[in-house]
Amino acid sequence: MPDENFEPKIIGFFCNWCSYRAADMAGTARMNYEPNVRIIRVMCSGRVDPDFVMAAFAKGADGVLIAGCHPGECHYNNQNFKTMRRYALLKHTLRAIGVEEERIRLQWASAAEGAILARSIDEMVERVRELGPLNWPKQWEAPPEVEEAIKMMEAEHAEALEVTA
Amino acid sequence: MSTNGSKPKLALYWAASCGGCEIAVLGIGDKILKVDEVFDIVLWPVAMDFKLHSIEAMEDKSIDVCLFNGAVRTSEQEYMARLLRAKSKVMVAFGSCAHEGCIPGLANVTTREEIFQSSYDDPTTVDNPNGVRPQLETETDEGTLYLPMFYDTVRTLDQVVDVEYTIPGCPPESDRIWEALTAIIEGNLPEPGTVIGEKSTVCDVCPRVRTDKTIKEFKRTWEIEPDPEICLLEQGIICCGIATRAGCGALCPQVGSPCIGCYGPAEGVTDFGARMISALASVIDSDDPEEIDRIIQEGIPDPIGQFYRFGLAHSRLRRTAMPGANGHQPAEEEVTA
Repeated sequence: MPDENFEPKIIGFFCNWCSYRAADMAGTARMNYEPNVRIIRVMCSGRVDPDFVMAAFAKGADGVLIAGCHPGECHYNNQNFKTMRRYALLKHTLRAIGVEEERIRLQWASAAEGAILARSIDEMVERVRELGPLNWPKQWEAPPEVEEAIKMMEAEHAEALEVTA
Repeated sequence: MSTNGSKPKLALYWAASCGGCEIAVLGIGDKILKVDEVFDIVLWPVAMDFKLHSIEAMEDKSIDVCLFNGAVRTSEQEYMARLLRAKSKVMVAFGSCAHEGCIPGLANVTTREEIFQSSYDDPTTVDNPNGVRPQLETETDEGTLYLPMFYDTVRTLDQVVDVEYTIPGCPPESDRIWEALTAIIEGNLPEPGTVIGEKSTVCDVCPRVRTDKTIKEFKRTWEIEPDPEICLLEQGIICCGIATRAGCGALCPQVGSPCIGCYGPAEGVTDFGARMISALASVIDSDDPEEIDRIIQEGIPDPIGQFYRFGLAHSRLRRTAMPGANGHQPAEEEVTA
């Protein structure tokens, strides 16, 4: 059952030169878009270490949106091509781990494309809302019976001690 | 074993591991006699006979150093980890399993239920016609018998108890073990929290030549006869040297076999797979999303095995999605969906 009150937490890594400005533009133009993306400004989408994305999911994010300049328009020549290849590898790996594909998205948005960025945020939030919470740390949470099982070990050893005594 | 009470006390223990770390300790050769000379060994199940209750009866912090190898996948192992943590001043995660889960940690792509199904319901090498499964408690005429609980998720030692130092490697090289033991003997230990090992990567010590060549496809080791001088990665063979801590002397790449990452993540690398993804993104020679996807799909059919062979349990995400957790489906079903 989808939770009606679920608000996805999405971490956005936006490049300083295009996408962050696109977000600024969407704001100054008073465009409406979903407020679920926590934006982290990076100098280039090529700065987004795949570890940042893994860390976001491991710490409870429901989705990650990476946004950068269009291919060929990178402020640092060709770093966003590197982003493109990293993203493909990252997606391939996350798929094997079992994180749904729609939880990660790469969006190209130039400084003039506030509307495109706002729309992609809306689309992503809607899709992640349908998927529901990811809550990844729950995957490795130890069940409460574990403590009981460990206590059982102690009891068993105490019993063994009685026999030797 | 010495009975001289004034010597520092040393414990060695194994949990979910293969025993290779124990062999590696003996690999220091006759220096093992020096270890016995310096330390009072209080626990070492693989080599000597000790009783658990004598450890349980010890006062807290009365063992000076505990070298703990193996990951934690049962309640018995967790009990031992907690017990030895309480009794030891310095706890050392010894070897890849204790450090990052290693091969036992690859069980984190599956679940307890799936493992029990293949071991007890549909076993390939034994008969189990009644489908008997291990129980935590069994009543017998002689009393209750207990078995440890088997976990869904294999844990590393530092995910279970506090750890002062880590000695990486599957297994640690004997020279590195001796260096660490010497540091302990001489009281020359670094800051707690340190991984005792080299700071550089396998690539840094690998004699192969790196140019700036990029590749159009990844190759399996049997597909080519690699050039003996040039970097394996630049020949299309996925070599993990770039993300792996030095310490082995780059033994594998020197004989034409790619590094598989047995020495764990290099200094500053949190998630081994993330570092490999970063590195491989720079090697793939394509700016076309479709071609990139094809190169990846064909060249890396098993990203978990490729990127997390030794470190899945200690990676950021630790395991694959549990079936049913938060209503998610298992990974395979998601791929076909």
